[in-house]
Amino acid sequence: MEETSLQKDSVEHSAATPTRREVYEAEVRRRSNRIALISVVSVTLAIFVLVPLAPGWEAVQRSFFNGRVFAETFPGLLEAFLMNVMIFAWSAPLIAITGLVIALCRDTRAPALFPLRLFGIAYTDIFRGLPVVLVIYIIGFGVPGLGLPRPWNSPYIWGTLALVLVYSAYVAEVIRSGIDSIHQSQRSAAASLGLSDQDTMRYVVLPQAIRNVVPANMNLFIALQKDVALLSFIGPVEIFRQAGVYKSLYANFTPYVGAALIFLALTIPATRYADYLMNKQNRART
Amino acid sequence: MTAKLSLRMVRKRFDDHEVCKGIDLDVAEGEMVCLIGASGSGKSTLLRCMNLLEPIDDGEIWLDGKDISEPGLDPQPVRQQIGIVFQSYNLFPHMTAAENVMLAPRRVHGLSREDLRPKVTQLFTRFGLGDRMEHYPDQLSGGQQQRVAIIRALAMEPQIMLFDEITSALDPELVGEVLDVLRDLRKQGMTMVLATHEMGFARELANKVCFLDAGRILEQGPPEVLFSQPREPRTKAFLSRVL
Amino acid sequence: MKLIAGPALALLFSTTSVLAAGDGTCAKGKTLTEGNLTIATGNPAYYPWVMNDAPESGEGFEAAVAYAIAEKMGFGQDNVTWVRTSFDEAIQPGAKNFDFNMQQYSITPEREEMVDFSLPYYTSAMAVLTTQNVVDAGAEATLDGLKDLKWGAVATTTAIPMLKDVIQPSSEPLLYNDNADVNAAIMAGQIDAAIYDLPTALYLSAVVVENGALLGQFPAGQSESPDQFGVLMEDGNALKECVNAAITELTESGELAAIETQWLSEATGVPVIE
Ligand SMILES: Nc1ncnc2c1ncn2[C@@H]1O[C@H](COP(=O)(O)OP(=O)(O)OP(=O)(O)O)[C@@H](O)[C@H]1O
Ligand SMILES: [Mg+2]
Repeated sequence: MEETSLQKDSVEHSAATPTRREVYEAEVRRRSNRIALISVVSVTLAIFVLVPLAPGWEAVQRSFFNGRVFAETFPGLLEAFLMNVMIFAWSAPLIAITGLVIALCRDTRAPALFPLRLFGIAYTDIFRGLPVVLVIYIIGFGVPGLGLPRPWNSPYIWGTLALVLVYSAYVAEVIRSGIDSIHQSQRSAAASLGLSDQDTMRYVVLPQAIRNVVPANMNLFIALQKDVALLSFIGPVEIFRQAGVYKSLYANFTPYVGAALIFLALTIPATRYADYLMNKQNRART
Repeated sequence: MTAKLSLRMVRKRFDDHEVCKGIDLDVAEGEMVCLIGASGSGKSTLLRCMNLLEPIDDGEIWLDGKDISEPGLDPQPVRQQIGIVFQSYNLFPHMTAAENVMLAPRRVHGLSREDLRPKVTQLFTRFGLGDRMEHYPDQLSGGQQQRVAIIRALAMEPQIMLFDEITSALDPELVGEVLDVLRDLRKQGMTMVLATHEMGFARELANKVCFLDAGRILEQGPPEVLFSQPREPRTKAFLSRVL
Repeated sequence: MKLIAGPALALLFSTTSVLAAGDGTCAKGKTLTEGNLTIATGNPAYYPWVMNDAPESGEGFEAAVAYAIAEKMGFGQDNVTWVRTSFDEAIQPGAKNFDFNMQQYSITPEREEMVDFSLPYYTSAMAVLTTQNVVDAGAEATLDGLKDLKWGAVATTTAIPMLKDVIQPSSEPLLYNDNADVNAAIMAGQIDAAIYDLPTALYLSAVVVENGALLGQFPAGQSESPDQFGVLMEDGNALKECVNAAITELTESGELAAIETQWLSEATGVPVIE
């Protein structure tokens, strides 16, 4: 029986009947899925059974996983999160543009533009070397303190500038690494056709470079989404601050857990997507 | 006699390694010159010097009676007149074949895609790629990519074409289709300089074959002479290895 | 301040030691370390609640009240240990490193769900801190006049419900981590005014904020739930009744009022917002 059926497989070679190898692989797959499922279930069970046995669990549950506080504060947190989304929405394009400009400054080769190159180097060195919070404090309170009239002293403006300064330095470095990753032969080919340096950069190098660094930049922008919360230090009431207000009013940390959930709901899919892009790119390279 | 392109005592060094040690070479209008020689003998470097991709350290390069090797001279107009095709195609991977070809005429000559479309279509058709214009490089075979690279150089209407071992990265069955393109260009009277390992091809079509050895042109002459009665022992040794 | 602190302290200890004599048994076995009372305050602790960030001196309103309560509970000056905590440390679950915590904690029903408060030891008016420039620009101490100001507050205080419920400003208030940041925002002109408890506002306007001014106060009796400070303890702390007994005693004997007069007397004379 076995023999004949196998022979039939190879003879017919139809798409419907699986080959021996496919049968084997399906069996391996089934087995590993089963093992994965069992281990996930047992670890989850262990967490849900063992953690509540800890002596302090009740107190922790009351102050971190308090259903009543969660229900009362979650809508307010969601509303405050809109502020994060807005700040992100106007910061991200500014960061992308500034990062690109700085990357190009760093890449200038003409001696006349050496100051530009120096500026690019200093810029990326300084702003990558500073904690975001510091820059937000110094610029967010410092610049308006010079005596700017309203609305030009708004913490939204200067806080955004701080985010742009720091993040564009990172983006610039990522873009520059993308530029460096484009093989010299591409520049040679462009030059041999009589293209100018600017055109070579704009039409040949940059489009490839930027495509190569999309996943890396996505990771930066996910980090930015989280760091938007730091703007709360200079006044804006976004989700992190709102959670702090609730924490203080309720003497309870549950609002922070609520805020964490909202962040995760956004950043996990984004992170997965970035990883997916990165993997796809790595596969394409090999 | 005035040559189209003349090299006089051209020297080129990378750091402390001198790759061209005083090269003299004349290429007449409509002529096809082949550079042969062992790997590392300086063929690619010499070609790259000819269209100023590499600045030369000493000597002169004359194009149509004009010294183009003068330091400080803008290399772009020269490169528009001397096209080069590389061993590894170097197509722009993010552009379709047609966009690859049209980029330089658009940016350098200021032509629009509409202006260029008929001429480019004709070039693609002529080299058997009429149905591949909208493909991206990674959707093309090596031979097809190399032909697109040749079309890309030709679209700038250069007076001289340089080819740097353009068949050596190709599978043997694809070599023929690329060599056919060269035959075609030869028939049109294009002035060409080739670095090549295709000795049969050089024997068939070249006006002149130069044997490069350690940065010097050790021996040059018409193919029938150089291939059958080489003077220098080193040429003999090289030929006996490759033929 | 230094000048009156010495005699005041002497007075404090002389009176309490007499009264507390028979009452030292309540706290027995209920403190972290037997025979010792561990009290927490802020880091840093601010004027006029604690003078010079040195609660051990007994100078400043809360420092003085703390020693008075301790005395009533039977702990002499030498048996009081001070520790510092942030607000978050005070409310986090798990063992505490203090018996009770005093840093102007307002008593609210929501907080009472999580921690224990003593009876109030101070009922505070809320006050509006601003700068002379804003006053000169025509800001008025009326509810309507306040709506159009740009508001700020410290995020962890009960000033926020006050802002939202009573003043209802026309633009979103900005919130900050601490007094210093509110001050920076006022200096930068990013906010016009901030809400504080009256003693803190007085101190900030007089000493910290350049050109600072007090626009007015919301008297303690005005709002439905006045801002009352209580001693904070871990939920279910057995010490609570002892602390309450001590505070009741201090209130009834008038000692608490005397301490308040001594340290917070300037609070009168600030215009009242109707
Ligand atoms: N950019 C460079 N920097 C330093 N050395 C170089 C550079 N380009 C070429 N060389 C060196 O110059 C020498 C000649 O190189 P070239 O590529 O011209 O040889 P080739 O004759 O074309 O060899 P092949 O047949 O392998 O292509 C080699 O030793 C090479 O290592
Ligand atoms: Mg070569």
